[in-house]
Amino acid sequence: MLSKVIVITSGKGGVGKTTTVAHIGTALALMGRKVAVVDADIGLRNLDIILGLENRIVYDLVNVIEGTCKLNQALIRDKRVGNLYLLPAAQTRTKEAVEPEQMKALCHSLRETFDYVLIDSPAGIEGGFRNALAGADSAIIVTTPHVSAVRDADRIIGLVEAAEKGIPKLIINRLDIEMVKKGEMLDQDDIVDILSIGLLGIIPEDPAIVTASNRGESVFNNDKSKSAEAYRRIARRIEGEDVPLLDLDDNHSFLGRLKRILTTNIG
Amino acid sequence: MDWITKWFGKGQSSKDSAKQRLKLVLVHDRATISPHLIEALKEEIMDVIRKYIEVDDSGLDISLDESGDSVALLANIPIKGLRRNSNPANSM
Repeated sequence: MLSKVIVITSGKGGVGKTTTVAHIGTALALMGRKVAVVDADIGLRNLDIILGLENRIVYDLVNVIEGTCKLNQALIRDKRVGNLYLLPAAQTRTKEAVEPEQMKALCHSLRETFDYVLIDSPAGIEGGFRNALAGADSAIIVTTPHVSAVRDADRIIGLVEAAEKGIPKLIINRLDIEMVKKGEMLDQDDIVDILSIGLLGIIPEDPAIVTASNRGESVFNNDKSKSAEAYRRIARRIEGEDVPLLDLDDNHSFLGRLKRILTTNIG
Repeated sequence: MDWITKWFGKGQSSKDSAKQRLKLVLVHDRATISPHLIEALKEEIMDVIRKYIEVDDSGLDISLDESGDSVALLANIPIKGLRRNSNPANSM
């Protein structure tokens, strides 16, 4: 297959870009694809600790770009998910250590080996974001249902389009279905209406994500996790499959509905 | 007491105000046009207007006005006088 280089970005920090990259990367690898996840947040390395690979770093992205080591020396293979490789960010350098042209060249070399290259972009709209965007074919925007994140997402969508990377796809992260039902949180229809881009998936608020990242594992080990299923579906959509959105509401029983009516009016 | 206002339909849920506020702020965010573009727009508009009207270039002001819930292109163009023959086809 023709390899795809996708940047995952958001504008606002803390919306879950790194967790999203880790899980989509893992899901695609579990589907048998060869995947490289690239941490482009130079100086604020984090994808390694989310994936539980922090103790195995020898070389990093800046070492590769400066020619200190070969690309395959810096790539860390995830032992639990054989097809998944991490290219870690440099921790003791700054974003100025990398130029957009160098990122393009790096992505070009990664294409030779991998089906998917997922780039974890830093927050912001400055140099680090420009570098992360440079080598990508397309972009995925991550937002949460909070006004600040949606506003920043809109700004980033404009920048991605201006860079001629096409219209990005949207992932809504940390949707709290109970708050949505009470009318106290923007839902997917509101957010899609405001941002007017296509929805790639919705990740529900899920404590299992915190537990998994504490351990440096993915949520795919947890059979009951709704977010795991949401990530799997996103991976399948990236593969071109037409997969329905996950039903996040499991309160369909009579009692559940009654409780909902009562809490809406009392709470 | 929140529920009383909701019960009587007077209150607005917080998601509705979130949506309303976002839509408004994005109109403004998206309306940021670069100074370069404004300058080019100004030149072209003036070229057209000069065909018909004598204008005072020094008093010219073209800007984006963002008030209320809409954005408007405002042009303040002081006129020195109308051209005697204001048909551009004849004047050329």
